[in-house]
Amino acid sequence: MLETLGHLPIGWLLIAPLAAAGFFAFYSGRTQIGARTTGSSISARLHSQPNYHGYFLTFCTILPAALIFIVYLLFVESHARGTLIGELPAYLTDRGDVEVSFFVDRVSEHARQRTSALTGNLLFDASVERFAIIKGGARALAFGLALLVGALGFRWGQAQLTRDFAARTYVEQTVKALLFICAAIAIFTTIGIVLSLIYETIRFFSLPDGPGIFEFLFGTNWNAQTGQNFGAVPLFFGTLMIALLAMIVAVPIGLFSAIYLAEYASPRFRNWAKPALELLAGIPTVVYGFFAATLIAPLVRGFAQWVNALPFTPDTLLAAQPTSALAAGLVMGVMIIPFVSSLSDDVISAVPHSLRDGALAMGATRSEMIKQVVLPAAFPGIIAAILLAVSRAIGETMIVVMAAGGRALITLDPTSDITTVTYQIVSLLTGDTAFDSAKTVSAFALGFVLFGITLLFNIIALRVVQRYREAYE
Amino acid sequence: MSERRPSPAVAPAARLRERRNAERRFQLYGQAAIGIAISFLVILLVSIIFKASSAFTQHMVDITLDRPDFAEQSEFTVTEVNLAVRDRLTELFPEAGAERSTRADLFSITTRLAVLPLRERLSNDASLASQPIRARLALSDDLDLYLKNEIGRHRSVRVGEAGRLSRTDSGLFRLTDAGPDGFVIFQDQVQAIAADPQDILISLGGAWFELERVSGAVLVLSHLAGPLPDLGEQASAPIRATYLNSISDNRRVSLRQIAIMLHLKERGDISRRFNGSLFKNADSTYPELAGVAAALIGSLFTMLVTALFALPVGVLAAVYLEEFARKSRLTSAIEVNINNLAAVPSIIFGLLGASVFLNTFGLPRSVPFVGGLVLGLLVLPTIIIASRAALRAVPPSVRDAALGLGASPTQAVFHHVLPLAAPGILTGAIIAMARALGETAPLLLIGMVAFISEVPSSPNDEATVLPVLIYKWFSGAERAWEPMTSAVILILLTVLVAMNLIAVLLRRRFERRW
Repeated sequence: MLETLGHLPIGWLLIAPLAAAGFFAFYSGRTQIGARTTGSSISARLHSQPNYHGYFLTFCTILPAALIFIVYLLFVESHARGTLIGELPAYLTDRGDVEVSFFVDRVSEHARQRTSALTGNLLFDASVERFAIIKGGARALAFGLALLVGALGFRWGQAQLTRDFAARTYVEQTVKALLFICAAIAIFTTIGIVLSLIYETIRFFSLPDGPGIFEFLFGTNWNAQTGQNFGAVPLFFGTLMIALLAMIVAVPIGLFSAIYLAEYASPRFRNWAKPALELLAGIPTVVYGFFAATLIAPLVRGFAQWVNALPFTPDTLLAAQPTSALAAGLVMGVMIIPFVSSLSDDVISAVPHSLRDGALAMGATRSEMIKQVVLPAAFPGIIAAILLAVSRAIGETMIVVMAAGGRALITLDPTSDITTVTYQIVSLLTGDTAFDSAKTVSAFALGFVLFGITLLFNIIALRVVQRYREAYE
Repeated sequence: MSERRPSPAVAPAARLRERRNAERRFQLYGQAAIGIAISFLVILLVSIIFKASSAFTQHMVDITLDRPDFAEQSEFTVTEVNLAVRDRLTELFPEAGAERSTRADLFSITTRLAVLPLRERLSNDASLASQPIRARLALSDDLDLYLKNEIGRHRSVRVGEAGRLSRTDSGLFRLTDAGPDGFVIFQDQVQAIAADPQDILISLGGAWFELERVSGAVLVLSHLAGPLPDLGEQASAPIRATYLNSISDNRRVSLRQIAIMLHLKERGDISRRFNGSLFKNADSTYPELAGVAAALIGSLFTMLVTALFALPVGVLAAVYLEEFARKSRLTSAIEVNINNLAAVPSIIFGLLGASVFLNTFGLPRSVPFVGGLVLGLLVLPTIIIASRAALRAVPPSVRDAALGLGASPTQAVFHHVLPLAAPGILTGAIIAMARALGETAPLLLIGMVAFISEVPSSPNDEATVLPVLIYKWFSGAERAWEPMTSAVILILLTVLVAMNLIAVLLRRRFERRW
């Protein structure tokens, strides 16, 4: 019985009775108060309208039950795993944590299937059965508890409903509290990111085969896949190099587009050119990656080979690799154009018209007006736009994964393949990975650095934008 | 501006000209910038459409199994059906002989799993097994690509009229020309292309031969495919030579396979059809059998979870921040935090998912449920920001009127402000979902790259999504993956364009100027 329950796909099982109970509570609350005040002009004699009594009863019934379900969802898996690991025979647990967690992974995966097919491995099958029973037990407990709490809440709520019960006040306070929780989820996300990154990073530096902080930040030898070399400088270098190449493309094109759209373009041209530019931001990065790897990278390579073959250059001047920093950087630059252009467009348009009129009245041409009045006035905003774009370039993943190669090199040759922080995070965490090896955990240390740097850029940029807004609004 | 000061007489005119030129140049830079950006967009789209176009069709070969030698049974294994197909191929092309390499050439014109649809047909209707069945099998990817790209470079010429065909002791054939000159002209031609060597096929009465050499008036041939004509006099049947424009070493298709394809094509047994398996099938290790169905459904489930999580939470958070929050340190912290969160690289959310959802809470890898949650967190700030903008656009007079008529603040918001802001919120939400649909990196980190050969049936089944499928197929070694990848990109872009179009239309339809 418990085992069958353990095998069931639980998600829908939870929501359906909860919703049903909610509807039931709503209608019973509404009709209950309606029944008590038979007669004319019901609402006139009630403190709150019948609907609010219904809502009140719904909240009383399902909120505590939902809380229990959430707790259950969050902790059932780790509880079941913990219990199972405690019961495993010693010869298996002696093989080390990685082995055990791999075993339990497979057990858990098997138990999730609706019908448990026997594999023939006695220990494994028994574990699957036991796992399903543990889960089923927890499930039954959660279900029973939720039922009990829901019924209690319902009874209690019913007792509260009287004619002058201030149902609306309570409902509105609950709604506000729920709204606040929703808003706070954003904070929890940040806290979750920061805590998990910090936790894993500390673990990384305290692992026996992990590096020291200085070796990580200033070492120049990175080989996490096979060796144990965790000097991340080549990764930082590669990231900055590709971001720089991207900015060389994106800043002039984005800025000039923004200036033209804001100052010269007719409304009709602007109406189709601006969405077209923004389309560039809507294309998924994996598509850019494909474009970079299949079309741009061969072109870059061909160009590098052509340069190498020139009579006055040494034959090995450029690396001419099939994947290259330049290919990734160029395409990333194209991707970033709309980030630069739309933000710059906003800040340029926000420069007050009196400044422009003043400059034009003094006899300046439009371009002189732009160069000498508008751009200096919009300068902080433009810098902020560029900072945001840089942070986007540093954090961009798929383009570099597909088009930049994976060799940890420090080289100024843009046609060489090069690796970045994001590339390494993906390659270290893709596939079946145990969370205990230095190799896997190093991805979190890299992520921490990435998060820190982009956060710094974002904060500075957002501050500048805010100052700038305050100055002109 | 003051370094070069022209003489006073010409100064005003020359300077004005210089300033006007500067003005024109400046405008030109702007136009060029927009032109470059948009041409990149066009190049990207055109190159992908161009590459994808060939993947939407596929070459299929028709094989009629005359007397399929199946035992009476209802379950057919792939191996059995495959054996029947191979038997039939051996019957059709006995010249492939018993040698391993030549038989492998013959059998690899389709892959083993290409018989899956046939097997399904047989399993559904066992009576088919006792009568001739016409089976349509997908040609293997290399041959398919050859037919799509290379066969157009073949050059076929008539080189003479057949005289006598005879077989030598070593299994080769000798063919003489009925014409007066023998093969003299042809021999000259063959020698002329010696600088740029290429394989040459000779066809005679439906049979295809490889040209071993031309010795004076005689062609020395080895038989590759097609029914052999009777030996002896050939009654001046035309001889055609086909120049392949490539040699075996830099081709992935053998000469025998080309001959087999040409023979089947001449018989009308190879046809180019719409690639239905691209939409019907799940992922496969063979490009010609792979499809997007599983990834499409996986994307759907993932988006469902994302929408169910992020939409209510995002909208309610926006309502709180815009309508209820009093200015306090906490609320301003939330605001700053949301703005920052919107600019955090997406891969960081993948790390969060891997560390918190997978490692701490022990949720399963590779399932749309977890992927949807991670993407939900990712787009949450975008939805909040868009919803706040939409709420802010509703004029205060609406709130004031509701409050003035005795509504409570909650009633004013939920009965009046929120419905008026709904179109704007929906537009922002659709755009956010479009972003989530194209996201790849965070999903790689929570294991959604697993090879999925079955269409998932719930958000708790292992699955992959369209962008990840693009990445996976892109990494595939076979050349046929490239057009296939482009085709998936095209499908993904179509969905995205549709979503954005809906958003634009919604905005047009419901946008209100207050």
